[in-house]
Amino acid sequence: MIEFINIAKSYGGTRVIDGLNLKISQGEFVVVIGPSGSGKSTLLKMVNRMEDHDTGKILLNGEEIYKFELRALRLRMGYAIQSVGLFPHWTVERNIATVPQMLGWPQDKIHRRVSELLQLFQLEESLYRRRLPHQLSGGQQQRVGVARALAADPDVLLMDEPFGALDPATRSALQLEMKRVHKVSGKTIVLVTHDIDEALLLATKIVLLDKGRIVQVGSPMELLTHPANDFVVDFLGRSDLGIKRLSLETAGAFARAEVAIDGPGLSPDASLREVVSFMAVHRVMKVNVTGNEATHVGVVHAADIFSGTVPGHAT
Amino acid sequence: MERHSPRGFSFGCNPVSGILSLIAAWAIIGLPFVRSAPNRMMTGEPVGLWQVLIAGFSTPLPSTLGWLLGSVLLMCLLTSLLKPLRVILWLQVFAACALVVLLVAVAGAWAQHMALTQSANARTSLGGAFWILLVLAWLMAADALQRLTAGLLTRVVLLAAVAAGVVWMLASGAGDALSIMKEHANRADTFVAAVLRHLQIVLFALVPTVCIGLPLGWWVHRQRAANAAVFPVLNIIQTIPSIALFGLLMAPLALLAASFPQLARAGISGVGLAPGVIALVLYSLLPVVRGTLAGLQQVPQAVVDAARGMGMSDLQIAVRVQLPLALPVLLSGIQTATIAAIGMATITALIGAGGLGAIMFEGLFSSAQDLVLLGVVPIVGLAVLADALFKLIIKLVQITPQTTQHTTPQTIQTAP
Repeated sequence: MIEFINIAKSYGGTRVIDGLNLKISQGEFVVVIGPSGSGKSTLLKMVNRMEDHDTGKILLNGEEIYKFELRALRLRMGYAIQSVGLFPHWTVERNIATVPQMLGWPQDKIHRRVSELLQLFQLEESLYRRRLPHQLSGGQQQRVGVARALAADPDVLLMDEPFGALDPATRSALQLEMKRVHKVSGKTIVLVTHDIDEALLLATKIVLLDKGRIVQVGSPMELLTHPANDFVVDFLGRSDLGIKRLSLETAGAFARAEVAIDGPGLSPDASLREVVSFMAVHRVMKVNVTGNEATHVGVVHAADIFSGTVPGHAT
Repeated sequence: MERHSPRGFSFGCNPVSGILSLIAAWAIIGLPFVRSAPNRMMTGEPVGLWQVLIAGFSTPLPSTLGWLLGSVLLMCLLTSLLKPLRVILWLQVFAACALVVLLVAVAGAWAQHMALTQSANARTSLGGAFWILLVLAWLMAADALQRLTAGLLTRVVLLAAVAAGVVWMLASGAGDALSIMKEHANRADTFVAAVLRHLQIVLFALVPTVCIGLPLGWWVHRQRAANAAVFPVLNIIQTIPSIALFGLLMAPLALLAASFPQLARAGISGVGLAPGVIALVLYSLLPVVRGTLAGLQQVPQAVVDAARGMGMSDLQIAVRVQLPLALPVLLSGIQTATIAAIGMATITALIGAGGLGAIMFEGLFSSAQDLVLLGVVPIVGLAVLADALFKLIIKLVQITPQTTQHTTPQTIQTAP
C-alpha cells in the first residue's frame, strides 16, 4: 500500500528522518510514535506531500507519489489534524462535504454520504447537520474532523495527533470509536501520537521512532514481550510494562471451564488489567466471566494470569 | 444594591449622564442657543435657551414645542439622578433622540418668530448651546445604549429614526428661517451637486484603493519580506501633509496632461479631481493593506493547513477559506479608509476638486459661519452614515460570534 524506501530529510543541516524503510499494508492501523522531535509528524506529512523528502522514494500502491498530481494525491488521502481545522464559516454538512464537492460528486450522493458519516460517528443528523463548528463540543468537532477526512472514501487516512487536545474521557471515547470505524471500514490508517497507551490500544502495527530512525516495528504485543532495546522499554514505561501487557489480553482467553462461583462477573472482552484491578479491589483470587445475556463462560484464576497457562480453558 | 429594590426607583447618580447634565446646564445658562442679527453682515445678539423658553412664542405650536423641549431636558436631568435601571436607561435613550429633533424644531421656530417680528432679512444662526446640547444628547444616548447592551440593529433603527425626524422637519420647512437653511436655499442647485461630487471623490478613491490594497495585503501576508518594503512606504506617505502631497502631484500630472493630450481630454490635469483622488488613494492604502493583512493573519493556521492537506489549490484556499474568514477585519480596514476619505475629500476642494469642501472653504474665506456649517454638517452626516453602514455589513458577514456561546446544552449531546 505505502512503502518508504530509504527516506531521508534534513532541516537546515539537522537530520529529522534518516534512512528510513517501512512497509504499510492494506487495512493496517499503523501508529507512529516517538518522543517529540523524533520526526514522526514529518514522516506522516511526507505521505501527502505536505513535506518533501530529500532522498529516497515513497510508493503508493507501487507508484512513486511524485508521479501523481499533487491535488489528486491529496484528494485520495483523508487528512485529520490535532487542532481539527474545521472551516469555522461552514456548517458540519459542508465541512464533511469538502472533498466530495471538489471531486464533483452529485448533490444527492454527497447528501447520502454526509448522513452515513454522521451516523457512523453517532452524531444525531437532525441536530448536527446544520450546526457551525463553534456550536460543537471539542469531541464533536474532532469527530466531524475525522468524518470529513473519510468523506470521499480515501485509500488512506492520515491522522496527526488527532486526539491530543481532548480531555481524557472524550479522548478514550473517540479512540474506541476510531477502533470501531477501522474495523467497519477496513481503511488503511496511519496515526501519529506521543501517547503510548493510545498506540497500544489502536495499533495493529506500532512504529517507534527516535531521532529520525526506526527503533522497532511490531504489533503491540511484540513490543511489550520482545522490546528491542532499553529505549523501547523506557518508552513503554519500564515499571508498568507488565500491566500494559495485561491490558492487551482478554478475560475470555484466560477463563477456566468451571462452574460459577459467588459474586459478580466480568465481560469476556474485559482486559486482564481490569480483571486484576477487580481482584485487588475485592480481595479475591478468582472471578466469573459472564457473556451476553448473563451466560456463564468460566472463571479466571489469579494464578493463571501470572503463570500464563490456563488448565482446562473455557473456549 | 439593585437587588434590594428591583422595582422601585431610587436616587443614585449615574456618573456619566450626571456629568453630561452638568455640562448641559452650563451650556443652557452660559452659552447662546441662537444668535440673532438684523442682517447677514452684523454679528448676532446672543440669545440663551432659557430666554427662548421663557419668552414664549406668539403662535400656539411653537409654545407646545417649547414645553416639549423643556420637559425633555428636565427628563434628561432627572433620569441622570436616578439609579440606571433598564426603564430609566430606555427613557434616557428616547429623551436624547427626541432632544435632537426638538432642538432643531425650536431653533427653527425661533428663527421664524424673529423673521416675522423683526424683518425678513433677520439672520438667526445656531449658537454654542445648540451644538453642545446636540453632542450631549448623542453621548447620553450612546452611554445608555452601552449600558443596555443594545444590539446593532436597535442602534441603526434609532439613528435612522432621528435622521428621518430631522430630515422630515427640514423638508417641511420648519427650519427655513435659520440662516444655515437660508444659505442652503441660496445654493439649492449647487448643494446637491456638491454632496454628489463629494461622494464621487470618495468612491473614485476607494475603488482603486481596494483593488490595489487587497492584492498588496495578500502579497505582504504571503511574503514576509514584502512587509519590510510595503509598510515603511505607506507609513511615509501618511506623514506627508495633504496640501504638500497635492503640490507634489500637481507638477507631474500637469506634465503628463501636457505631453498626452488624450489624458487631458479624459479630465486628467494638475488640478481638480485627478490629484485629489490620487492623494486619497495613497492615504487610504495603509488602512486597507493593514486591514487585509490583519484579517488574513487571524485565519487559524490549522484551518489553512487542513484545507491544503485536503487538496485545495492556493486559489481555492484563498476564495473559499481565507477571504470569508478575513472579511470582517478586512472590511473594518476599508471602513477606516472610507471615513478618513470622507473627511480628507474636503481638503481636495483646495485644488479645485469640488465637493462639500468647496462650500466650506467659500464660507471660511468670506467669514460666513453659516456657509462653513452648510459644508461641514453634511460631511459629518456622511461619515456617521458610512460608519453605521459598515458596522451593519460587518455584522452581517460575521459568522462566528465574538463571544463563543455553546448553544448545545450538555443534555442533548449524544453519548459517545
